[in-house]
Amino acid sequence: MAAHNFKHALFCAFITLLISYPILGFNLEAQGINITITGADTTTILGVLLAAVVVFLFQLFRDQIMGRVGDLTSLTAGKHKEPMAENRRAKIESWVLTGIVILALFWPFFMSRGAVDLATLVLIYIMLALGLNVVVGLAGLLDLGYVAFYAVGAYTFALLSQYLGVSFWFALPIGALLAATFGLVLGFPVLRLRGDYLAIVTLGFGEIIRILLNNWTNLTGGPNGIGGIPDPTLFGMEFGRRVKEEGNTSFHETFGIAYSGEHKVIFLYLIALVLAVFTALVIRRFMRMPVGRAWEALREDEIAARSLGLSRTAVKLSAFTIGAFFAGFAGTVFASKQGFISPESFVFLESAIILAIVVLGGMGSQIGVVLAAIAVTILPELAREFSEYRMLIFGAAMVLMMVWRPQGLMPMRRIHIELKKQE
Amino acid sequence: MLVLEDVHTHYGKIEALHGVSVEVKKGEIVSLIGANGAGKTTLLMTVCGNPQASSGRVILNGRDITRDPTANIMRSGIAIVPEGRRIFSGLTVEENLHMGGFFNTKAEIRKSQDHAYELFPRLKEREHQRAGTMSGGEQQMLAIGRALMSKPNMIILDEPSLGLAPLVIKQIFEIIGHLRDEGITVFLVEQNAHQALNLADRGYVLETGKIRLQDTGKNLLANPEVQNAYLGG
Repeated sequence: MAAHNFKHALFCAFITLLISYPILGFNLEAQGINITITGADTTTILGVLLAAVVVFLFQLFRDQIMGRVGDLTSLTAGKHKEPMAENRRAKIESWVLTGIVILALFWPFFMSRGAVDLATLVLIYIMLALGLNVVVGLAGLLDLGYVAFYAVGAYTFALLSQYLGVSFWFALPIGALLAATFGLVLGFPVLRLRGDYLAIVTLGFGEIIRILLNNWTNLTGGPNGIGGIPDPTLFGMEFGRRVKEEGNTSFHETFGIAYSGEHKVIFLYLIALVLAVFTALVIRRFMRMPVGRAWEALREDEIAARSLGLSRTAVKLSAFTIGAFFAGFAGTVFASKQGFISPESFVFLESAIILAIVVLGGMGSQIGVVLAAIAVTILPELAREFSEYRMLIFGAAMVLMMVWRPQGLMPMRRIHIELKKQE
Repeated sequence: MLVLEDVHTHYGKIEALHGVSVEVKKGEIVSLIGANGAGKTTLLMTVCGNPQASSGRVILNGRDITRDPTANIMRSGIAIVPEGRRIFSGLTVEENLHMGGFFNTKAEIRKSQDHAYELFPRLKEREHQRAGTMSGGEQQMLAIGRALMSKPNMIILDEPSLGLAPLVIKQIFEIIGHLRDEGITVFLVEQNAHQALNLADRGYVLETGKIRLQDTGKNLLANPEVQNAYLGG
């Protein structure tokens, strides 16, 4: 227990008090039109003090504690294991994945409506994260306005259905292609920029799209959003109780089963699942193609990549466009799932969350990104009782992850053999 | 094969090359030597079109490439081993090589890969290793091997001896000599003047953005001016 530890611990405890006391120690109470501040009850204040003491003690003995944790065999068990042979690992991986997809196909028939709905949302986030993974994880372009392409996809479907009565299945490719076009158009001027500058410009682009949607009231309905977006149909069969469009039949009548609201939810889930699997497979294919290697090469060393005759613009644009394409995909599904969209759904926080998923999952790793998407979407739902502290927990998780596993949950693997030590 | 005619190059307002003329003939090894900041790397970068020459002409195989975009120049039978090697450290050795043959067919890649392993057996041993974990000499071998993957008829090397052990430098220069025997034209930019001139058919001395001297390698080695300035007297 060195002296510098003591000072540091005192400082940390003070910071804890400084942050938590104003947040937890005061309550705002509305009395008529006035708001008064009252002190919190004693248990809360005691709790805050206790937290400060815990932080103090932890910081004081951190070397000892961290040393213990590092020695725990269960945590470091994997460290000394021989890496599995590459082809065997790949085989197991593909079997496991196939198994999971098959499970996911049948799973919704046994679950509650809410769970299936949530799973659909997870799948949408998986699509988004897989798309952003191409841009950030593989090509190394920090895109903070990714949600804009998501919005383009969603609004394309919403507007097409509102004004032209276009169905989901037609809007899906149109939305994705339009989002890709936006990616291409945005990409041209900004891809000369690097790192921080690129991040800021994409951030600005994301906001422009949102503000445009918010203010172009005649077309988009502004903050009121667009409602009444139709559900997808199955070969012209609708899932509502009554058929809305002339000439369509309804699902439950065709099959002679009783109407149930769950059919629609499950159907949407299955669509999202198929599209997410499609996204994963297509991107996986891209990663193995020369263009995938070009993305990585450009991320690793731009000058070297250019010296080999790769065109910087072409490579970056392809990553940007493909990423945007799948965001458009996800957007269309989202619009259809919600039935109502407004600019509220496409704020910067969404971009940040998708980016967090990619970083948490491990840049470039598909399985990691899928796992992280599941975790980041489901955890807040499970912790609904603590919903006030959701962002706090989220932030803490991010900090802890970056301290312990900066490379992400499942870092991208490449084939490599560890050299044996020479005798 | 490669001709620079009165090339001026600017970085913003600052002129780095004040009218440089250099010629590299087919099958030659030509060395360009010069001190730090003389403009050696700038000259090479001008050949690659990044930055482009502000006046003068760069001619490759009889074609004016002065205004061509970098990507096109790098695909027209010329390959560069950039300064500081710049291998893709996160990619494996094999992947690095494949990047070098990006625009070739699979069969061609396989052939040039075998050739690269023949030149550098060490690379074969490390085929599946992350390139960044190799020693400096091995990385330099990889950088040369990668440049050869596009089957260039001319290769430009920027300071291949930088930061390497004398024994490894010797090995690298042997390989460069071997490349000429295979019919590849070599343009070598070096600070290590002694070895560079020893190997070269002809040499140029660049000083503050101008060609100061040009002669055969042997004559330059014997030149008292060069000996004083670059060979440590």
